[in-house]
This record gives sequence, C-alpha cells and structure tokens, in this order.
Amino acid sequence: MNIIETSSLTRRFGDLTAVDGLNLTVEAGEVFGLLGPNGAGKTTLIKMLTTLLPPTSGQAKVAGFDVQRRAARVREEIGYVPQLVSVDGTLTGYENLLIFAKLYGVPRSDRQARIAAALEFVGLEEAAHRLVRGYSGGMMRRLEIALAMLHRPRVLFLDEPTLGLDPLARQAVWQHVRLLAQEYGMTIFLTTHFMEEADTLCGRVAIMNLGRVAALGEPQELKASIGRPDATLDEVFAHYTGHELDNGGSYREISRTRRTAARLG
Amino acid sequence: MKSRELDARPPVWAETTAAARERGRVAGFLRQSLALAEMELRKLLHDPTELLTRTIQPVLWLGVFGEVFTRVRAIPTGPLPYLDFMAPGVLAQSVLFISIFYGIAVIWERDLGLVHKLLVTPAPRVALVLGKALSAGVRALPQAAMVYLLARALGVKINWQVGALAGVGVVVLLGAAAFSTLSLIAACIVKTRERFMGIGQALTMPLFFASNAVYPISIMPGWLKALAHINPLTYEVDAMRALMVAGGRSLYGLGLDFIVLVATTVVLTGLASRLYPNLAR
Repeated sequence: MNIIETSSLTRRFGDLTAVDGLNLTVEAGEVFGLLGPNGAGKTTLIKMLTTLLPPTSGQAKVAGFDVQRRAARVREEIGYVPQLVSVDGTLTGYENLLIFAKLYGVPRSDRQARIAAALEFVGLEEAAHRLVRGYSGGMMRRLEIALAMLHRPRVLFLDEPTLGLDPLARQAVWQHVRLLAQEYGMTIFLTTHFMEEADTLCGRVAIMNLGRVAALGEPQELKASIGRPDATLDEVFAHYTGHELDNGGSYREISRTRRTAARLG
Repeated sequence: MKSRELDARPPVWAETTAAARERGRVAGFLRQSLALAEMELRKLLHDPTELLTRTIQPVLWLGVFGEVFTRVRAIPTGPLPYLDFMAPGVLAQSVLFISIFYGIAVIWERDLGLVHKLLVTPAPRVALVLGKALSAGVRALPQAAMVYLLARALGVKINWQVGALAGVGVVVLLGAAAFSTLSLIAACIVKTRERFMGIGQALTMPLFFASNAVYPISIMPGWLKALAHINPLTYEVDAMRALMVAGGRSLYGLGLDFIVLVATTVVLTGLASRLYPNLAR
C-alpha cells in the first residue's frame, strides 16, 4: 500500500520553483530517505506533505488523504520532527509531552501510560521532570521523537533529524528511528545531508536536485547505477547532483544551521 | 533501550485515533485551547520573575503620575479622586502591554519551530489562536492582582464584592484576548522580532492615549473623541472603572462594554486564524 503518493507536485516561490512536478510513492513501513544539497527542495516537500504549505499545483496524498482537502485528517495520521529544535526549553520534558498529548486528543485514561511509554522508549525517564533547557542536544532530539510518537502516527516525518548532533547522539537517534519502524510499523520519511545516515538507515533513497528527483532506489542499487558497485553514497550523490556535498548554502541556511547546532550544544 | 511495552499493535492504534475523532469536536476544541493556556501557566510557574518586572510600570503610573496629578486637581473626574479614577486605567494598561507584546513570544516560537509543531497537530487553527489568547489572559490575571494590591496600598477604595472581582477577571481575560490576538495578527504579518518591536510601540501608545484610561473623554478635542469612541480599550477601561473601584460607574453601560470586547475578540480571532498558518510557510 502506498502511504505517501505525490503526482506532479509543484511549489513555486515567485520565480523560483522549489519543487518541480514531483511524482513519488512511499510504501507503508518503509524507511525512506530524501537526500539533496541545500536548496534542493527537501524542506519545501516535507512542508507540503505535512500540510504546512499548500502546493502551487499537483497533488499529494498521505495515509490515503489529500493534503489540501483533508488536511485535518492527514494531521491525525502523521508525526513531525522539524529541522529546528522545537521543544519548549522553559518546560520540563514531561510537561512538553503532557501538553502535546492534550493537543493530539490522547484520551485522558491513556495519557499517563502513553507518556511513560514514550519517555521509556527514548530513555528519558530520569530527566522527565527537569527543564528541557538543561538537556543535551541528543536528549532534546530524543524528546522530540517521544513527542512525535505520542499519538501513534502512521507516518513520521523527520527533517534533518541529526543535524548538529555528535556521533554518539546520532547513533541513538538512528536506533530509535529503526525501532519505530520495526516495532510500530511506522513509515519513516526523513531528509538528510549525511550519506552515512541514508546508507545505514534507509531502505530506499531519493536524491533530489533543483526540485526534482535525480535518482531513486535502494542504496545498493544507486551505487551500482553509476557503474561502480564499490562506490560510496557520496560519490553517487556527486554523480547525480553535480555537487560536492554541501559546499556552502545561503547565509540564512548557514546561520540557521549554526543556531540549531548551538542550541543543541 | 527498553521497549517491552511497545509491542506493535497497529489495529489498536487505529481504533484509538478513530475513537478520539468521535468524541465531540467541541470538547476537543476547548481542551486544545486550554492545553495551550496550561502550557503558559506552567511556564509562568517555572519563572515568575516577570510578575515583578512588569509591576514597575504600574508603580510609576500610579505612584508617580497619579500622586502628582491628584494634587494638581486638573482633571475633572466627578466624584472619584483622581487616583481612584486612573487605577482601572492603569490596570487596563498593564493588560494591554502584556497582550500587545505577546506577538514577540509567537515570533520566538516560530524561530524555534514550535509553531510548525503546533500547526501539524489536528487542533483547528481557531483553537490554537484562542489558546494563545487565553495564554495572554493567564499572564494578565496575576498582573491584575498586583495592580489591585498596589492601588490598595496607595489608598484607592477598591470594590471587594465577589461579583465585581469576578467581573473584572472576565474583563481582563477579554481585554487580553482582544489585544493579544491583534498582536498575533501583527506578528503573522511582519514575522521578525526587529520589525515587531516597532509595531508594538506604534500600537500601544495610540491605543492608550486615545482612550479614557488616564483622563475622561469629555475633555478631549473632537477628533480625539472620535478615535477614543472606536477604541476597544475605552470600553475595557469603562467596564473596569465600574467594577474595580468603590463608587465607580460605567458611562456606556456594562452591556455595551462586553459586546464591544467580545465582538472585537471574535473578529480578530477569525482574522488571526487565517493568518496564523502563514508563520510556518
């Protein structure tokens, strides 16, 4: 079953076409990775799929519902971890979870059990009643994963989930994402800069460039497709996008990345 | 990593979300707005210093401006001493300041990505906007208590009847809702903190001075009178003047005051619900 389906999905900002007639399908239960240089349209695509941004033209369905016409229904079925760190630092981890449990309409009788299970899943039981401000970057990301799984979504969107994390924290996030897919049958749709992340975590990978999908397949297939089975995913990426990986980005992107990294400290 | 309790049972999940959907839209709507207000209350409890810093301004207005003008006797306030006349005005001003700068908090949430996360929840946009309006009320109510204590200390004759106190509470909530939603609209339009600071100033001062907060409308020049009569703050102050101080009375009638405040809140909420999603784009 296709849990994400787009047809000729397009988004323009003035003269710039950020996403250009995209046709993409993701099957239920997949861990799907979207790779691309800065400005390739990854975040724009995720914003359209999560109902935050209306498409200029074309359609997208998530969990069987049109993202524009049935936006409220789509929102019930998805979880979202934005690129920016989006937990409230002036509340405790538990309080963050409690407020979102209420916003998602988790029944009162279930609330405490769900929060406890989510805290246990990401290993934050002991830090639950501390202010999030004092958390490490990895802990904040894990709390965000706990937040996004509270209402048991069918699809989880993660935008650059390990940006600014140290290698150890990165491993922990991968481990949790893997478990969500295996144990909950959640479909995972993530964007990333890190080839290693795509290689170890994702069943299928799409390489996006200038708003289009330049290549799509399992990491192994992609490596074979450039005629060198021993190639790394970095080389595949360079082959399809003509970019060395991440050699800059705009002022805004860089300052945002640094800010996120600083917050994650 | 322990995950014993997390056995995959997708059918059960589907059931719970479906059940959640069934349980009345209205109840859900209220619960979501209240959840945002609760979030604000919890933040305030973790860090209540704002309560004190925000008291400085009313201290200056009542303790300095009020004390001086009481002696000047330049402003005709009928049977009320000047300090008693202006105390409700200063209360309204405190609520106005908290509310007008509420947009800053929303822009902060946008920069953090919290707005994005709120907007992907199934909560209707109106519920989110109302939740934000209630949150401003959560900050305004304890501030109102501070102004009461201050006014009492300066000898203002407070009306301590429970009904009157409750009435002021409602007016504080409505005023906070109306002006914080106005602020939210401004935040949705300008989107950056720097630009918002200018807007905040540009909104607060005219609203405050073109109102009956510290002088009666009857002594204003004609053009200012006209502005004061279409300023919702005037009706907020009018209701507070009738309810907060002993011997105070309403010029326009509490009924009209409430209608103006509710209508303003409803119109601005409708507008803000349309604009709020722009913050995540």
